[in-house]
Amino acid sequence: MSDLSYVRTEMLPEQAPPATAVGIIGWMRENLFSGWFNSILTIAAVLFIYMVLSIVVPWMVSPTWEATSLANCREILAELGREGHFSGACWGVIRERWIQLLFGFYPPELYWRPILAFVLLFVALAPVLFAEYVPRKLIWFSALFPFLMPWMLWGGTVWNPIAVVAGFAIAYFVYKAVDTAVGSIAAMIAAVVAAIVWWLVLLGPVVAGLSSIIPLGFEVVESRQFGGFMLSITIGIVAIVVSLPLGVVLALGRQSDLMIVKAICVGFIEFIRGVPLITLLFVASTLLNIFLPPGTNFDIILRVIIMATLFSAAYMAEVVRGGLAALPKGQYEGADSLGLNYWQAQRLIIMPQALKISIPGIVSSFIGLFKDTTLVSIIGLLDPLGLSQGIRADANWNGIVWELYGFIALFFFVFCFGMSRYSMYLERKLQTGHR
Amino acid sequence: MSELKTDREIDRSKMTVSDEVAIEINGMNKWYGAFHVLRDINLTVNQGERIVIAGPSGSGKSTLIRCLNALEEHQQGKIVVDGTVLSNDLKNIDKIRREVGMVFQHFNLFPHLSILENLTLAPIWVRKTPKKEAEEVAMHYLEKVKIPEQADKYPGQLSGGQQQRVAIARSLCMKPRIMLFDEPTSALDPEMIKEVLDTMIELAEEGMTMLCVTHEMGFARQVANRVIFMDAGQIVEQNEPEEFFNNPQSERTKLFLSQILGH
Repeated sequence: MSDLSYVRTEMLPEQAPPATAVGIIGWMRENLFSGWFNSILTIAAVLFIYMVLSIVVPWMVSPTWEATSLANCREILAELGREGHFSGACWGVIRERWIQLLFGFYPPELYWRPILAFVLLFVALAPVLFAEYVPRKLIWFSALFPFLMPWMLWGGTVWNPIAVVAGFAIAYFVYKAVDTAVGSIAAMIAAVVAAIVWWLVLLGPVVAGLSSIIPLGFEVVESRQFGGFMLSITIGIVAIVVSLPLGVVLALGRQSDLMIVKAICVGFIEFIRGVPLITLLFVASTLLNIFLPPGTNFDIILRVIIMATLFSAAYMAEVVRGGLAALPKGQYEGADSLGLNYWQAQRLIIMPQALKISIPGIVSSFIGLFKDTTLVSIIGLLDPLGLSQGIRADANWNGIVWELYGFIALFFFVFCFGMSRYSMYLERKLQTGHR
Repeated sequence: MSELKTDREIDRSKMTVSDEVAIEINGMNKWYGAFHVLRDINLTVNQGERIVIAGPSGSGKSTLIRCLNALEEHQQGKIVVDGTVLSNDLKNIDKIRREVGMVFQHFNLFPHLSILENLTLAPIWVRKTPKKEAEEVAMHYLEKVKIPEQADKYPGQLSGGQQQRVAIARSLCMKPRIMLFDEPTSALDPEMIKEVLDTMIELAEEGMTMLCVTHEMGFARQVANRVIFMDAGQIVEQNEPEEFFNNPQSERTKLFLSQILGH
């Protein structure tokens, strides 16, 4: 029976794994050459990538930065002996027009205003996006920024944003007053009515009065001078920021027990989702004027922003509803049984979880919305695509395609990729899982 | 079903029933659509009583206690909880929910909040307790359910028994006058049932008014002062545990007991 007994007398030293299993070689074996078919595919793919790059890279490396027209570009390239369709990019158009692509026809001496607004945008976003690294007090700046930004971009008297903010304060005090006297539903209605009356009727005269006493403000810039990426970002950011809360409210309304609220929300969502954005933009640009009293000057960019926001909010509502549906009923019951009221339960228990579940969908909607801002070129607003039409119509640059659209695409890609990365970071951060 | 027993002597010195009425149910009826789930329920619970509600599944026992804090609406009859009439008035409902704690089969902890945040949430937002004080109270109850070291973890990191004890502690943080238990041990592994039952026994020893829907007949025998048997949405029989188990009156009760105690 001695075969069954064994005693080790010497411990084996630790050995490195074979070179074929680890490191670069191991990785390549596993991922690129794990069989004859995959090896062929890898080699074919490498050849294909090489072919593409061997055309694109020389095209991009093209000493045409200083060129003043497409013909000039071709001369420069011809001198270098580079002829033909893909002989080289004509970067002169970007050098000459990039400022225009950024700001449209915004007055150059006022460029600092959109630039400052753009920088402040990140200051305002920081407390929302990176709450744990930023002082909490900064959230007040974030709350005021939506009023500050339009004033910086469009200019005008400083009393305008102040009066608009005052509307919220008025609504709050009316709510408080009526709430103690009558009840919360009446107070809600009274507050909304008071705010609307203030904004639509009283705001104009009050602002006019105040600015005649203390004329403080920026030079006014007309909406038609707006353009380029500044316009895309303005429309995109405002629509994104407003559509999320609006979408949450619509999603909650759709689940409401109150028949009328539910009907309104479902009707709104289904109507907006059933209509192409282009149609809504045409309504904004042309049809809306018919319904407004003659002589009213309802800013075209504002109209477009409203339409884009409503459009996005309808999609957002459905995304959030998906998140709500994914929550177990026990979460509502847990919150109820502790005596939390509806809004507390929503804010503290339901929404944090539902929104977390919906992050991928929400960010997809944001990205879609941001790219959809290019549709405004169809109704004549000069977003980057609208401007590129004009640039290509210029005799100097007639025939330019890749350089312009590539530049615009790169810009959109940077923003959208950034949003996508942020959403993945956020999902990881909020992961408390193991549920 | 095996009968789990606690290994220590139960301290009955504070387990006294007072004359004060905690819950009064009068002629209560409830329907799900056309289905008559609760039929003419009449029940008076005094402060300090420990009541176990037993019965086959679908007999309406969970629905009954869920009506008591308005998680379910009743259509007929009158429910008075701790002196407050349960009606459609949200203020009354919120008032009752503040005074009545509830423990669920599936714990219903909030997975996005830490254990400590789960416990302090309601005191802070509903009772407006200062955060520091709420945390002290929370830690006190976590020690009571014997898991203070888990305060900073998330519910998903705890075992089922630990989660259920956290859920009990969460209810206790609101300092409720009445506790409702809706099958608190049904979703637990056998080993964990005991730790939850021990927590419930301790609670009973302190004189808490308790209504438990449970299949733990050992708990009913040792702790309850009254056992209620329900079937088909009605209270079929109620009695002291000794009488209920040894000398059941109705045929339905006998059948039920023979089935659940039979092996």
